[in-house]
Amino acid sequence: MTRAKNPFSFLVYAAGAVVTGAWLVAAAQPLAQNAAIPAFKTLDSIEARVQGCTTCHGQSGQGTKNDYFPRIAGKPAGYLYNQLVAFRDGKRRYAPMNYLVAYLPDAYLREIAEHYAKQRPAFMLHETVPADPASLERGQTLARTGDPKKGIPACISCHGANLTGMEPGVPGLVGLRPNYIAAQLVRWRVGERVAADPDCMKRIATRLTDADVGALAAWLARQKPPADALPESSDVARMPLACGSQR
Amino acid sequence: MRKLAIVALVLAGGLIWAAIVWIMVRPGALTGTSRVVNATTQVIERGEYLARVGDCIACHTAPGGTPFSGGRAMPTPFGNLYASNITPDDETGIGQWTADDFYRMMQKGLARDGSLLYPAMPFAAYTKVTREDSDAIYAYLMSVAPARQKNRPHELRFPFNKRELLIGWRTLYFKEGEYVPDPKQSAQWNRGAYLVEGLGHCSMCHTAINRLGGSSEEQAFEGGMIPNQNWYAPSLTSNQEGGLGNWSVKDIADLLQVGVSHRATVYGPMAEVTYNSLQYLTDEDAAAMAVYLKSLAPGDAPPAVTSTQRLTQPAVLEMGRKVYLEQCVMCHGNEGKGFPPAYPPLAGNPSITMATPVNPIRMVLNGGYPPGTRKNPRPHGMPPFLHILSDDEVAAVVTYIRVAWGNAGAPVTPPQVNELRKLLPE
Repeated sequence: MTRAKNPFSFLVYAAGAVVTGAWLVAAAQPLAQNAAIPAFKTLDSIEARVQGCTTCHGQSGQGTKNDYFPRIAGKPAGYLYNQLVAFRDGKRRYAPMNYLVAYLPDAYLREIAEHYAKQRPAFMLHETVPADPASLERGQTLARTGDPKKGIPACISCHGANLTGMEPGVPGLVGLRPNYIAAQLVRWRVGERVAADPDCMKRIATRLTDADVGALAAWLARQKPPADALPESSDVARMPLACGSQR
Repeated sequence: MRKLAIVALVLAGGLIWAAIVWIMVRPGALTGTSRVVNATTQVIERGEYLARVGDCIACHTAPGGTPFSGGRAMPTPFGNLYASNITPDDETGIGQWTADDFYRMMQKGLARDGSLLYPAMPFAAYTKVTREDSDAIYAYLMSVAPARQKNRPHELRFPFNKRELLIGWRTLYFKEGEYVPDPKQSAQWNRGAYLVEGLGHCSMCHTAINRLGGSSEEQAFEGGMIPNQNWYAPSLTSNQEGGLGNWSVKDIADLLQVGVSHRATVYGPMAEVTYNSLQYLTDEDAAAMAVYLKSLAPGDAPPAVTSTQRLTQPAVLEMGRKVYLEQCVMCHGNEGKGFPPAYPPLAGNPSITMATPVNPIRMVLNGGYPPGTRKNPRPHGMPPFLHILSDDEVAAVVTYIRVAWGNAGAPVTPPQVNELRKLLPE
């Protein structure tokens, strides 16, 4: 497998450099690290079977202190399933994930997805990227109202008023780290990450500037998770663009 | 030095001469009428089964591509090869091949026009396949939906891009001929040998590949690094490695067909083989292969390494034990017994103690899931530790599991871990 040179990787590195010193909030939570050590109660259980996920995504999918691995708990099962299948079939590329799920059948990937969709662990506190007020305001505008002149819909129109996602295929954005958010938007823009056709995120990501990506990552990562992080129920009529993953 | 130059000259001259002779006498396309295969549903179904045993789909399908339409890159030390389209498309596939063409390809490694196939196509093993089985596979391949996809040209470096030179490789490493049953052995053993040496093409990985891309018969099944994949395919003849002399037939058959057993678990390239191929074996064929594989390894087991080689620094062992108790003990237990078949045992597991520590190091770094198979559709997985443990810690914990609980392996060093850490998992 070759890694295409990502022309926008500087963004990710830049974000990484900024936050390196700042992640103490997460480290201050002892739970974060212990929850990444393999542990289970019953051998014949889905909990024991998914120990392969724990050192990166945590025991309940809450994420770990590593600044890249995302929270997967509570994301809609359809979204998680689509990602697992895409990793298995090489359509989403991240070598450690591609390797782990390479030989797992659909039904099992579905079961793993449903397992993590049901988890409701506490949100981990994590670092934020320093950003100037203008940038944060731009991030908020893009997230809440979008930029109609550039054809960019608001994040909340699909990802939910509380950014907790929408059944069955739109992921929540709360609880994700700025690095991860920026990296995904950039990967979408350069065509390294794709979703089912029509790929609405590709249309949106290609309309974002570098500054927009940075503003969104900074603003989104600062949002407080709601008490109830349930994804919203499916509402295709409300969505501004046609998205293959909502079919 | 001069002597060496002369030898090299003579060798090169011989090779060129052989290539010229080959070009002059090479077989063209077959002429005349081919045997016609009576493709009943029964024959096609048998062909599908045999094609699975031969694992055609693994190489002849690109990731996410139409099955059998080719295009998958096969990285080799000589450059990339691209597997061909073997769907029955007339223009881009094998739609115009006759059963005779197909059998000649299986038996002699010749394409339809008579040109030499690269030995990435395991014809050195498939040559053992009977005409009847070849015809069944042919009937099955002719029954799948044709896919129009042009073959991608190979990207081999000079001189490996000159197919004529393959005549040299063939002289050294290719022995044509159907499997001849050994009358001294049982029918079950012979069935196993036929599958392991023929369609199963196990020797492609489990016999060391030398610098000419060949594997010699004397070293059959003695194990080797898989080129470009950086996994070690253990010896099937030594009980110190993957040798199965002390295993029960049931455990061997389970490992092949289920992917997990009470003795060990398949990961990496072998997980792919079980996923695409061996899980579909009938119980009878899995047992037959197990009986044959068990017979390859002698029962006695002298220690692989001397006690001097096993000397381990107490501080390293202590660090390894600490890491083990923190990260590994939950699944593999205090005594390294694991919870087989869900979590494999580490004590007495030859995959852990083999002379080449590549596989246990890679497992600690990258984790792994056994394949999800018909008999084990929801396998238990192991997480990666490369982002949690340093080179020193990985080396220490791998050293610990190689010497604890009566295991007789040698220590590993942090640089060995560092080399493997740089690789992408696959």
